[in-house]
Amino acid sequence: MTTVAAPYAGTALDRVDGPEKVTGRARYAYEHAPDDLAYAVVVQSTIARGEVRAVDADSVLQLPGIIATIWHENAPRVAPIEDAELTVLQSPRVAYRGQVVAVVVAETIESATEAARLLRVDYQVEPHDVELRADHPGMYRPDHVNPDYATDSELGDPEAALGYAPVVVDATYSTPAQHHNPIEPHATVALWDADGLTLYDSTQSASAVRATIAPLFGLPQERVRVVSPYVGGGFGSKGAPHAQVVLAALAAKQVGRPVKLAATRRQMFAVTGYRTPTVQRVRLGADEDGRLSAIVHEAFEQTATVKEFAEQTTVVTRMMYAAPHRRTSHRLVRLDVPVPTWMRAPGETPGMFALESAMDELAVACGIDPVELRVRNEPTVDPERGLPFSSRNLVACLREGAARFGWAGRDPEPGVRRRGRMLIGTGVASSTYPVYRLPSEATARAEPGGGFTVRIAAADIGTGARTVLTQIAADALGVPPAQVRMEVGDSALPRASVAGGSSGTASWGTAVVRACEALTDALHRRAGDVPPGGLEASVDTAEELRAQRPFSRHAYGAQFAEVGVDVDTGEVRVLRLLGAFAAGRIINPKTARSQFIGGMTMGLSMALFEESVMDVEFGDYLNRDLAQYHVAACADVRDVDAFWIEEEDPDLNPMGSKGIGEIGIVGTAAAVANAVHHATGLRVRDLPIRLDRLIGRAV
Amino acid sequence: MNGEGNSGPVFADPITADIMLSVNGDEHSVAVDTRETLLDTLREHLDLIGAKKGCDHGQCGACTVLVDGRRVKSCLTLTVTVDDREITTVEGLAADGALHPMQAAFVERDAFQCGYCTPGQLCSAVAVVREVADGWPSAVTPDVSGPVSLDDDEIRERMSGNLCRCGAYVNIVAAIRQVGA
Repeated sequence: MTTVAAPYAGTALDRVDGPEKVTGRARYAYEHAPDDLAYAVVVQSTIARGEVRAVDADSVLQLPGIIATIWHENAPRVAPIEDAELTVLQSPRVAYRGQVVAVVVAETIESATEAARLLRVDYQVEPHDVELRADHPGMYRPDHVNPDYATDSELGDPEAALGYAPVVVDATYSTPAQHHNPIEPHATVALWDADGLTLYDSTQSASAVRATIAPLFGLPQERVRVVSPYVGGGFGSKGAPHAQVVLAALAAKQVGRPVKLAATRRQMFAVTGYRTPTVQRVRLGADEDGRLSAIVHEAFEQTATVKEFAEQTTVVTRMMYAAPHRRTSHRLVRLDVPVPTWMRAPGETPGMFALESAMDELAVACGIDPVELRVRNEPTVDPERGLPFSSRNLVACLREGAARFGWAGRDPEPGVRRRGRMLIGTGVASSTYPVYRLPSEATARAEPGGGFTVRIAAADIGTGARTVLTQIAADALGVPPAQVRMEVGDSALPRASVAGGSSGTASWGTAVVRACEALTDALHRRAGDVPPGGLEASVDTAEELRAQRPFSRHAYGAQFAEVGVDVDTGEVRVLRLLGAFAAGRIINPKTARSQFIGGMTMGLSMALFEESVMDVEFGDYLNRDLAQYHVAACADVRDVDAFWIEEEDPDLNPMGSKGIGEIGIVGTAAAVANAVHHATGLRVRDLPIRLDRLIGRAV
Repeated sequence: MNGEGNSGPVFADPITADIMLSVNGDEHSVAVDTRETLLDTLREHLDLIGAKKGCDHGQCGACTVLVDGRRVKSCLTLTVTVDDREITTVEGLAADGALHPMQAAFVERDAFQCGYCTPGQLCSAVAVVREVADGWPSAVTPDVSGPVSLDDDEIRERMSGNLCRCGAYVNIVAAIRQVGA
C-alpha cells in the first residue's frame, strides 16, 4: 500500500477549533436550547438489589413548575433490546445502587432538582453482593472478552516450564475500579418533531448512538439525528450510549416538549460506566539471564447483572514478550454493581500494570537491568498468533528513551538515594496498543465558489480529529488546509466508526483520503471544472478493510519515571516522566504530543490517586465526587514529556499512522510503581500507591 | 406535610428577585430564582455558555468566572448576590474580536484538548497573572512578605483548582508562563 504525499501531515497545525474553544463559542450538548425546553433530573435507586414498589409521583406533581414524574409504571415503552442498561424505567427491578428509578421534568433546573430530591420511592430490598474476590464462587468463563478476543489462550506447557525455571516470579496485583470523569458530564437534549427524534448528545460516536437509539423507539435510522459538534472528553465513557440518552428521549416523548438532561457528577459514578477492578496473578519463569520460558497471566474481574462487559486484561500479554510456554485467562463474576465499560486502553491499562510490574520484579530477581531484560525478551514474530509484526520498535523506544532520560549508570540498589526528605528512584515500563481500523464512510465535495468540504460523522472528543483530518484531506486534495472545511460530529454526515480503540484517525482518515482521491479523479475527468451545484464523491471503506493483509499491528512505547518518596509521610511525587513512542507517522506533532502526555498524565493519576471505593454495606461506590475521587491536578504534574521514533510502516493505512489516544496511559502506573520500588525497596502491587501502602513498611 | 391526606411535601412558589446583572460590560435585567446559581443564570438564561458545569460542587473549576476581577466559582455563587458586581466570563476576555493574549497562548501551546475545562482555566489564568502582579502570596511562595514571581511552582499551585482530565497541565503552565513572564 502506498501512502499519500504529505506536505501538511507532519506539521504542527494549531487546532482548527482552537478559537471556538478558547472564546467559549464551542457549543457542547447541554448548551443546545430548542424553544419550549423543559429540564429533566433523574432519581437514583438507594438500594443495590430489589424492586421498586411505589413512587410517590403525585406529591411532587403538586410542586410549582413540575411537569411530569416518570417511572416504570407510566414511562413510554421501548423495544426490548438486548442491552438492558438502556431499557430504562421498563420494570420494577433494581440491579444496582444508583440505577435510575424515576425522572422528574420541570420548567426550571431548580424545580426539577428540588422535586427529584424530594421524590419518595419505596423498595422491596433484597440482599446484594458487590464485592469482587478472585475466589468468588460465581466466577465464570465469559464467552469472549472485549471486543472479540478469545477468553483464554495457551501454548506449550506453562506449568511444567514454571516448575523447571531457575527463576520464578509469582505475584498477585490489583487495580481498583476507576471512573473516567470527563469534565463534561454526560448530557442529552432530546427533541421530537414531525421528522422524528433529534438528540444533541455528548458522545464518541453520533452514528452509534443513532444506530442504538432508533430501534429502541421503533424508528428507522433516518428518523433519528444525533448532533454532537463538541464533546468535553470521553475516555470510553461516551463510547456507547448510556441511560441518560434514553431517559432524555423518553422524557421528551412523555411531556411533548424538548427536554435536556445531564447526569450530575455524583450520578456519573453509577450511570456512565467505569473500569472494572481487577485481581491479576502473573507468573514468569526465566533462566538466570532473564530469558523467559513461561508467562502465565490470569485476571479476575467484575461485571454487572444487567449487562456483561468482559475487559480484555491479559490479552496484551499474548504479544508482548517471547516465551515458548504461555497461558492467559479471564474470569468474571456478575455482581449487583453498575455496568463497567471501556476506559482508556481497556485491557492494556490494568494488564500492563501487572505484567510490567512483574517484569521489574524479574529484573530484580535476576539482577538484570530492566531495560535490558525487556530487550532480551523481544519476540521476532507475534508470539501467539505467529504473524509478522507490521512494525515493532519497542527496543528503539527503550534504547532512545533510556538515552534521553539519563538511564545509563543507574544503580539498581533500592532505597539508597536520598535528596532532602525524599528517597529518589527511577523506573521503566513498556507501553503498547493495538492498531484498529474500522469501516467508515466519507464524502468530499468541491464547492462551486472554491474550496472543499469533507464530511464524516467522526467525533473530536479533544483528540484533535477535526484538525488532523483537515491535514489529511488537504494532502489528499493537494491544497492548503485553509481550503478544506471539515465537518464532523453529526449522524446526518456519512456514517463513521466510534472515537475509540485509538482507531479514529486510521479509520476516518482512510475514508477521507479515499473520498478526496475519488473527488480528485472526478475533477480530472472534468478538467477541473466544478459544476454550479458543486461536485461530490463518496466512499465506504468496508471493502478496503476486508482486503487488509494479515499482520500483527501495534504501537509501542517505553515510559521512564523518576519519583521522590517522602521518608516520613510516604507521599509520592512524580518528578519526571518521559515517554518514547513508536506509532507510525505522526500527523500533527503538536496535538500528538498532547495526546501522549495527556495519556501519561492520566496514568500518573491512576498510579497515585484514582480509586473508586466500594461501600459493601450499601452497595455503591462511596467517593462519588471530585473531592473524594482524586484525579491529578496541576500541581501533581511536573515534568511530563514525550517524543517519538520515526517509523515507516506501509501496512497500516494511507496515512501510515497508528493510534495514539490510549498508548500514553499504558505502562505509566507500572513505571511509577517500579520507580517507587527503586526509591524505597517497597513493592506496591495494589493501586493506587497510597501513603498507607508505604508508611509503616519501613520507608 | 399538608393536611389533606396527601403525605407529600408542600412548597410555595419559587421566590424570585428582579436584578440587574452586568456581564462582560452588558447590563441584563433578569428575574432569578433565589436558588439559582450564577452558573445556571449565565448558561440557561443569558446563553453565555462559556462557563461550564463540570461538577456543580466547586470541585473542578470549569465554571470559573471573574467577579470584579477576582476569580470565583460561579456554581457556588448565588446570582442574587452579584447584582451590583462586574462579571467577566470567557466570552468577555477577547476585546474587539482579537483573542486575549492568554487565549492566543492557549491555542499556540495546545493548552487544551476537549476544551470543556478551558474557559475556567482561562479565567483562572488571567486572574493568576494579576494576583501575582499584585503580590498575593500562595502556599508555595517562599517569602510571603516580598514580591511574588510567576514561576512554574506558583502557576501549578494557583491553577490546581481547575481540573483538566485530558491532561493538558504541562501545556497550560507553559502558556501562562509565556503570557505572565
